[in-house]
Amino acid sequence: MSTEIQQETETTEEQSPEQIREEVAEDLSEKRREQIQEDLESAEKTVQLKVFRYDPEIEGKEEPRFDSFTVPFHRGMTVLDALIYARDRYDSSLTFRHSCRQAVCGSDALFINGQQRLGCKTQMGDLEHPVRIEPLPHQDVVKDLVVDMQHFYDQMHAVEPYFDPDELPDGELEEQHQTPENREKVKLSTRCIWCGACMSSCNIAAGDNEYLGPAAINKAYRFAMDEREGSDRKQERLRIIEQEHGVWRCQTQFSCTEVCPKDIPLTEHIQALKRESIKNNLKFW
Amino acid sequence: MYKHDVIVVGAGGAGLRAAIAAHEEGADVALVSKLHPVRSHTGAAEGGINAALHPEDSWELHAYDTMKGSDYLGDAPAIDTFAKQAPDEVIQLEHWGMPFSREEDGTVSQRPFGGLSHPRTTYAGAETGHHLLHTMYEQVVKRGIEVYDEWYVSRLAVTDHDRPEDRECYGAVGYDIKTGEIDGFYARDGVILATGGNGQAFDHTTNAIANTGDGQALAYRAGAPLEDMEFVQFHPTTLPSTGVLISEGVRGEGGILYNDEEERFMFEYGYANNEGELASRDVVSRAELTEVNEGRGIEDEYVHLDMRHLGEERILDRLENILHLAEDFEGTDGLDEPMPVKPGQHYQMGGIEVNENGQTCIDGLYAAGECACVSMHGSNRLGGNALPELLVFGSRAGQHAAGGDLTDPEIPTGPSAESEDGEVDTPVEPGSVGDRSDPVVADGGAVATPEELLEEAIRKERERVDTMLERDGVNHAEVREKVQKTMTENVNVFREESNIKQALKDIREAREQYQHVGVADKSRTYNTDLIHTIETRNVIDNAEAIALGALAREEFRGAHWRKEYQERRDDEWLKHTMLSWNGGTPNLYYKPVILEGHEQTYEPKERSY
Repeated sequence: MSTEIQQETETTEEQSPEQIREEVAEDLSEKRREQIQEDLESAEKTVQLKVFRYDPEIEGKEEPRFDSFTVPFHRGMTVLDALIYARDRYDSSLTFRHSCRQAVCGSDALFINGQQRLGCKTQMGDLEHPVRIEPLPHQDVVKDLVVDMQHFYDQMHAVEPYFDPDELPDGELEEQHQTPENREKVKLSTRCIWCGACMSSCNIAAGDNEYLGPAAINKAYRFAMDEREGSDRKQERLRIIEQEHGVWRCQTQFSCTEVCPKDIPLTEHIQALKRESIKNNLKFW
Repeated sequence: MYKHDVIVVGAGGAGLRAAIAAHEEGADVALVSKLHPVRSHTGAAEGGINAALHPEDSWELHAYDTMKGSDYLGDAPAIDTFAKQAPDEVIQLEHWGMPFSREEDGTVSQRPFGGLSHPRTTYAGAETGHHLLHTMYEQVVKRGIEVYDEWYVSRLAVTDHDRPEDRECYGAVGYDIKTGEIDGFYARDGVILATGGNGQAFDHTTNAIANTGDGQALAYRAGAPLEDMEFVQFHPTTLPSTGVLISEGVRGEGGILYNDEEERFMFEYGYANNEGELASRDVVSRAELTEVNEGRGIEDEYVHLDMRHLGEERILDRLENILHLAEDFEGTDGLDEPMPVKPGQHYQMGGIEVNENGQTCIDGLYAAGECACVSMHGSNRLGGNALPELLVFGSRAGQHAAGGDLTDPEIPTGPSAESEDGEVDTPVEPGSVGDRSDPVVADGGAVATPEELLEEAIRKERERVDTMLERDGVNHAEVREKVQKTMTENVNVFREESNIKQALKDIREAREQYQHVGVADKSRTYNTDLIHTIETRNVIDNAEAIALGALAREEFRGAHWRKEYQERRDDEWLKHTMLSWNGGTPNLYYKPVILEGHEQTYEPKERSY
């Protein structure tokens, strides 16, 4: 590869690397401040965010507090867009999980104006202002809007969340068959993105730390109702969800169903498993 | 130090598949990923998985379509291997419980997709990737495979022999995002990079914010060459305000594209007289932008994708997810009105050079999925071919790393496979700024054992992170945005020399600014400021490789269009663009395309749809 030209004119004054860095950084911050000003002035309106802040190891942040950010609003702006603006323009330590921006990775379930919602799927224009953003309730806060998801994952894993049929077809290229009706029956349950909004909204889960919770029970439903697995496996699945901290804890308050960003009828699925297990127990009397 | 036989970096489709395959070979395997596996961007894939399942279809036809789609820049041994193994992989998924859409008789449904001669795209609604990701993660849970989630791998432990082909990889260094701990992952048998795409090199992309090309950059700086990086797929149907993807499945089911004059432009202006909307993605993207450039775009920006005539029942049955996406991210009701769409960065055809078994030229270093380039997509990937690719080659990489018995590869790797020196005039020097002794490659000469080599890599990474945390300086967002902006402006669907050169200048400036980067957040707890800062260097390396390839390739092939060279030039350009880091002074060279397949030699033909 050859390089055409480009010989930087060298500055004669001796500057330390620190001085150069400070200068470059200051120059860019200045441009940034101008850009924010321009953004705010050219926007049709601005909106206020009130964001929960906490960091166990940073002075001044060990005590939870709320920070306010003013961001320029545009049509179609989501809560996630607003948070990204606040972070990238005002405070790079503002911390939240996010990745896909399209409601499929399940990273950004937040407590927005008092309700569990996905930040990327919630339009700023639909919310009352100022918009209050907090981490999911009933989970340990790691930092700012990030909560510890381990308990949620543990509960998901507790229902043996994997397809495990009694038997498989013999031939290498032979598929199992599933009726379109049976697929339809489990379809909504397979949409779960593990965001944790349901668990956070559930009063029972808040009081009983061992309760499997709506997402895990929905996962159990997904497999228990799949006709490909077979009846032996179904027995085992029902045994898991019938335990003390299983389906019978649910008091059908529908809060999980209300907050589910994928519109999964969680409460209905829990009820269906209650019915299945009653039917199943009757069979053995 | 955590020790395993096989370390898989990245836990999306390719990583999960590789881990399962390695586990089935009896290896102690661990997944290390900056996201929890179910957050991976494989979950956003909508359309489907191509596999020749039907008795009237055949792997040969699938291979032929893939080769034609690649515009004859795919390597035949890779394509044949892929097409033969794809059906087994789909059935395997079915056996793992994947909730495929079904026919009345209970068999897996297949639908038509762009560039395919037979309806061979299996799918699960318009959320195929979500189901594939979750199904495979479930199988990882079932097998008890160890997962280190929210661990960010930021360095490889590789020896520093002069020739990359003589180097060995013994592991990787990771940063525990939750606690700030930096530690090593020692790999007895191999490290498999499965880190996905690099769409964050652009500012209008369907990719996730996490898709920063980490694996590509890690392998590149360790000495494994990058291949065909100029070939970036711009998906023709993304929502204008966010880049959110509207599946090709919409057109597969019969969706129609209209311009501002309500003309069905794919036919009206002869872009694809046979296939129309279902022509290959590069063809449709160029057609859309041509419409906009000629004043027939809507609001001078986009075109319309209409699916209303399919009827509510069919849409709800097969494309329901699309209705939600259009509503939530564009405020459009797809049942009631056409959806606005425009091309957006979607997929990187190029990547880390590997052979059919996922091996790079560095012993013990593998790559699979979007970050790799075995070269089966060549200059353009067909819709529905990414998911089976990550299954087939993820599985092969995992199997091989764990010592499984696979046939010998036919595709050569490493700079010694060079057939010809590259000639390209760059306006600025690419590669490292200042000090060329990049510390990514640990010192093989000074250390005695593989463990010591990894210890050395850990020590260097701790030093680097400490430096970034200790000092104040430039905010990474400034640097990253500059790169994304120039790439979308200058290295997009339509490319010309002066623009690409401008991008290279901007990237150089970004590199220089990056020298002064500092992390404002001083916390060791969940420090995303630090992670984004480390990622930004990877974004720069990826963007530069794309731009260099785009400048070097003086022809129009597949996704790469050049204003100055508007024809495919087989006499000169039937070769892969290779870029090796070369200790910080990138070296461009070429490697011939292999058209001789397992059973036939492919003849380049004119590609029309």
